Amino acid sequence: MAHDIPHEQHFHDPANVTNPEHAEHHIVLPLEYSFVFGTLLLCTALTVFAATRDLGVFNPIVALAIACFKGVIVILFFMHVKYQSNLIKMTVGAGFFTFLVLITMTLSDYISRAWGLW
Amino acid sequence: MSDSTAIAHGTAEAHHEHPPYQRHHFETIAQQNDATNFAMWLFLLTEIMFFGGLFTAYLIYRNWYYPAFVQGSHQLQIGWGTANTAVLITSSFTMAMGVWSAEMRKKGALVLCLVLTFTLGLVFLGIKTIEYSEKIEKHHVPGFHYSVQSFVDPASDPEVYNEYHDKPLALDMARHTELYFFLYFAMTGMHALHMIIGIAILGFMIFRARAGAYTTGHVTFVENFGLYWHFVDIVWIFLFPLLYLINRHPLAH
Amino acid sequence: MSDTIVTLPDQSTARIPKMNYLTKENGLLSWLLTGDHKRIAILYLISISFFFFVGGSLAGLIRLELLTPQSDLMATDTYNKVFSMHGIIMVFFFLVPSVPATIGNFIIPMMIGAKDLALPKVNLLSWYLYVAAGILALYTMASGGVDTGWTFTTPLSTHYVNTHVLTTGMAVFIAGFSSIFTGLNFIVTIHKMRAPGMTWFRLPLFVWAHYAASILMVLGTPVLAIAIVLMALERTVGIGVFDPTKGGDPLLFQHLFWFYSHPAVYIMILPGMGVISEVISTFSRKRVFGYTAVAFSSVAIAVFGFFVWAHHMFIMGISNYAVLIFSLLTMLVAVPSAIKIFNWAFTLYKGSITFETPMLYAFGFMGLFTIGGMTGVFLGASGTDIHLTETYFIVAHFHFVMVGGMLMAFLSGIHFWWPKMTGRMYPEKISQLAAVVTFIGFNLTFFPQFILGTLGMPRRYASYPPEFQILNVFSTAGASVLGVGYLLPVLYLTWSLKYGEIAGNNPWQATGLEWQVQSPPLTENFPEIPIVDHEAYDYEWLERQKEKEVASVG
Ligand SMILES: [Cu+2]
Repeated sequence: MAHDIPHEQHFHDPANVTNPEHAEHHIVLPLEYSFVFGTLLLCTALTVFAATRDLGVFNPIVALAIACFKGVIVILFFMHVKYQSNLIKMTVGAGFFTFLVLITMTLSDYISRAWGLW
Repeated sequence: MSDSTAIAHGTAEAHHEHPPYQRHHFETIAQQNDATNFAMWLFLLTEIMFFGGLFTAYLIYRNWYYPAFVQGSHQLQIGWGTANTAVLITSSFTMAMGVWSAEMRKKGALVLCLVLTFTLGLVFLGIKTIEYSEKIEKHHVPGFHYSVQSFVDPASDPEVYNEYHDKPLALDMARHTELYFFLYFAMTGMHALHMIIGIAILGFMIFRARAGAYTTGHVTFVENFGLYWHFVDIVWIFLFPLLYLINRHPLAH
Repeated sequence: MSDTIVTLPDQSTARIPKMNYLTKENGLLSWLLTGDHKRIAILYLISISFFFFVGGSLAGLIRLELLTPQSDLMATDTYNKVFSMHGIIMVFFFLVPSVPATIGNFIIPMMIGAKDLALPKVNLLSWYLYVAAGILALYTMASGGVDTGWTFTTPLSTHYVNTHVLTTGMAVFIAGFSSIFTGLNFIVTIHKMRAPGMTWFRLPLFVWAHYAASILMVLGTPVLAIAIVLMALERTVGIGVFDPTKGGDPLLFQHLFWFYSHPAVYIMILPGMGVISEVISTFSRKRVFGYTAVAFSSVAIAVFGFFVWAHHMFIMGISNYAVLIFSLLTMLVAVPSAIKIFNWAFTLYKGSITFETPMLYAFGFMGLFTIGGMTGVFLGASGTDIHLTETYFIVAHFHFVMVGGMLMAFLSGIHFWWPKMTGRMYPEKISQLAAVVTFIGFNLTFFPQFILGTLGMPRRYASYPPEFQILNVFSTAGASVLGVGYLLPVLYLTWSLKYGEIAGNNPWQATGLEWQVQSPPLTENFPEIPIVDHEAYDYEWLERQKEKEVASVG
């Protein structure tokens, strides 16, 4: 590349990197971790309790809702995603999106098989 | 870093100062940290999709053979399952605290947290072993020795029967409990495999942490391992309700 | 319009630069332990070429067997093994890693102005996994092979065949992880390693295409892995998950397998499309028409690619409603592919076109990929699919896409970047001949198969009714021509390593950053990290650069 900045300045120069996706390192405090930990334990108790009640069709829905909530707070706080760049947030989203595509598109076949032929 | 990726320094040598843990092809340590962190997340995406295949199989067969799945799940002890969930959540908490200790450069606290996480991981596997051996005794491991006795004749299995009073399943449906147990073993087994790998890495990390490797300001390794450990935790958070809590109140009919 | 844009340095004085990535270190170990993306690319190039010729020989055996209606060259079950191993080796050991692991590995860091991929060790690990998987596949082949077809179809693979399903499955499993690591590395690199000024919309389209393909590698391949694990467990311990007698569903394997293997088609073709974008632009001296549309069409292909897989299962007994939905979605995925073809055509329009070898291959790609893609519409439409599936129409269709498309793109790219990789030019005349021979041979081989398929000749049989013989003879003759077309490059490219003309930095007058540095490049690619101040394919910028250079020399 022909431009006239002297050679030496180019080694490990912070200006040599474009990184708009960088998020400053955020240190999550123990108190925040403790709250999350407490919530997770509470949710575990809650989901076990909910399973012993007869909620009809809502049993699996409640169980999964609680599991999703637990998963989300682990991701946001224990895994620091709340303080991460949008790139990481979108990456996590893309992962779960594709996971859901696999499940829903596959189930779309299984559910509609019983509907019979035209 | 092998030398072949290092830079031909030439005259630049004098200007070539960076912390020892910075790889030569990165311009800044922030760039390196961002890159490895992002790579770890992408690796976790592959893990999500890997488990995704098992979850798909689970959902299909659970819909098809619901009664078999309910009675299969009654064979799991909710006490052990809940205890293990608590153990794993606690280990996630100690791991998160470990990341914090590394960030704050507290070597003693970091080692303590890692040892606790390591121990809790072993406790989880210990409980899992107890549960597995119970299944082996009852011939509930899918394969040639699989027995449907507990499902065609629930009263023959008084421990479970006294709690749930399950109706006998028709032989046809009872045989599908084998699918439930296969999924149980495949999903928890795959999860346990990830735990074992994690525990092995933790052992390695404890040694390195005692030597002070992670408390010099370079926390990426601890942080990225933390991501892995929490991911394994999340998998369990979903496995627990799906496998243990399908229907725990006595059937109404 | 000049005949050529090739500008080489004065051959009497030009030398290959003494310091470059090839001469930096010597000895076998310096290669086997390297972290340099360029060296790993060369390692990959050698290994995948080897597997290409293994797979190609198997293809030769298939065509030879099909010369006559009876199964006379080999026993029918041997034939089953030959076509299965041909598919497995070509798909997993050639097509999937072909462009990304070789050209992509070599060029992407240079295109974005980086010193290396973000994770050099993971890159090397990926090659070792590939080699391990490859050795396992060869071992399987030597010890009897597998006869399930490359799809490992259940319940055939789990209950009926007695061949080496497990070891082959393991080989594919390991090769899958090699591909995951390549894709992961590319995504991280493209996000995190770009030089200053290299914004997303200044990236060459080659990089966009690889980015999209990498997404598919990272998100799709693990599902193949779990499908293979389940298949292996079903085969060994009889877990029942794919076994109808135990309440399982063999179609679930198909769902999981094709969830990966349809996107895998795009893993194979997208990097090829990236090559074509570079080549078409360079040899028509124009910015790619509708840069943004082409860039986003890559991503759109990747995203749509996850929604269409069940079109491989229309006749397998999935629900009619699912057929309807998947058929519709399959038609949609044709749109971004068409965007690319049209935009390339518009790039050519009023361009200063020259016909160097990479460009000839690129033209081959455009024509053959279009035919391959359009016949895909016949197969995506469920009605015609019922007639055409499992016939030679399918075989012709995906060979038009994979061989006519992808292999042409691969050869185009190899010729295009050969001067950069080796510092020497390939011989132009004979390589043009090879491109033409390949094109003719290809059409002679696979076009008759469209007709055979429409007439109803089923695939995967060693024998066929005698009335199909004439077209099969054409096809086999074409395969021989094609074989010559593929052998020629090996010979003259090897020859050129020693005797080729010195290429200089930028023989094509191309705009990519990789062309602005010496050939072969330095280990760290750039003597100084470039600062990017121009759009991709900006030929006026290149002219200004040249004027500046002349001015500073004078
Ligand atoms: Cu497809």
